[in-house]
Amino acid sequence: MTTAALEQHRLAAGLASDQLDRLAAIARPADWAPGQRVFDEGGQAARLWLITAGQIALDLKVPGRATVIVETLGPGDELGLSWLSPVPRWQFGAVAQRQTSAIEMDSGDLIRLCEQDHELGYLLTRRLLATAVSRLQAARIRILDLYASPRQLPGRTP
Amino acid sequence: MTTGYLPAPYVVRSRRQETHDTVTLTLSPAGDPLARFRPGQFTMMYAFGVGDIPVSISGSDGVALTQTVRAVGAVSAALVGAATGQPIGLRGPFGTCWSEADAQGQDLLVIAGGIGLAPLRAAVLSALAERDRYRRIVVLVGARSPAELVFAAELDQWRTRGADVSVSVDKAETGWEGHVGVVTQLLGPARIDAAHTLALICGPEVMMRITARALLAVGLAPERIRVSLERNMQCGIALCGHCQLGPLLMCRDGPVLGFSTAEPLLAIQEL
Repeated sequence: MTTAALEQHRLAAGLASDQLDRLAAIARPADWAPGQRVFDEGGQAARLWLITAGQIALDLKVPGRATVIVETLGPGDELGLSWLSPVPRWQFGAVAQRQTSAIEMDSGDLIRLCEQDHELGYLLTRRLLATAVSRLQAARIRILDLYASPRQLPGRTP
Repeated sequence: MTTGYLPAPYVVRSRRQETHDTVTLTLSPAGDPLARFRPGQFTMMYAFGVGDIPVSISGSDGVALTQTVRAVGAVSAALVGAATGQPIGLRGPFGTCWSEADAQGQDLLVIAGGIGLAPLRAAVLSALAERDRYRRIVVLVGARSPAELVFAAELDQWRTRGADVSVSVDKAETGWEGHVGVVTQLLGPARIDAAHTLALICGPEVMMRITARALLAVGLAPERIRVSLERNMQCGIALCGHCQLGPLLMCRDGPVLGFSTAEPLLAIQEL
């Protein structure tokens, strides 16, 4: 994986050249065809992908309903944060909705790199935390169900 | 005077079911038509024998008006249920407008949430009618679900006519291939040129606040952001005071306001 490709993504943008070199050494390209599953809910979470093209749907199988799409991710987004959790299991499934490309890294390699270079670790942690905060805020906004009609809100008489 | 105090008689020429609780009515005058409207303005729609409510004008073919109504109360339910040929009273048009032409020579960014697309539709159609006067016309739409997306059938036509249209829904199931998330997440891929963009936002007030903040964060100046606020408009002619919001009467001074004016008002919880 070239540093130029990595640098295009917000997670690696602006890193020092030696840091980019080390990240590039553990990175490789990944591609999925439309409909191809990236991972399943409950599987071991051990990879991070930086999406460069296409669209991935995070989904969840709900008994009695069609599979629910929880969120979609596109170019510039990070896919696969569950390895940051103390229990590294995928909380949702992920499937490519279009031809999708990404930069793939093993979480173990990434953690080792961050432990060897705390400055890099601090930068990457801050950037991944910003992503997590942004998704948390978006999820909270969606919980508000802002576009519901007053008739659709709990406690209202239809 | 007639247009202000007395409803002008219109009849429902056609109706289009947008979602399970929302219809778009095309209304033809049965007498003298209302004055020409400007995108962003509203009428007081009168369901005879039930009452009247403010409803944004979502378009016009010159004489007939298009108005999109969601059934949430007695009057709106009566309007949503209006059959072809049924008489409807209209007063107006009232209020301030989007003035979308201020974006000519620049980018026009339209961000709608839910039925907030209705008052913005008129501005989009106005801009598309003079497409070559604008640089980009970007339309970002947020909806509760794919089934609750209004004007869904028109969005492809807008794309064909030169608008960049993106849709985000809060909830979706397998089969939906668009974006799932909040509408502000569409701003990044839209690559906004903050110094040369006029943004028009309409939707639930929380959505407008959050969206305006996101636009400020990417560098848009407050004077480049306009929002549409709705309050309890009743007379429509700034006499009754029911729609007072701070120092403003929304039927006259609104619904479209610059964000600099609207921001402190958006923080008022109740009057």
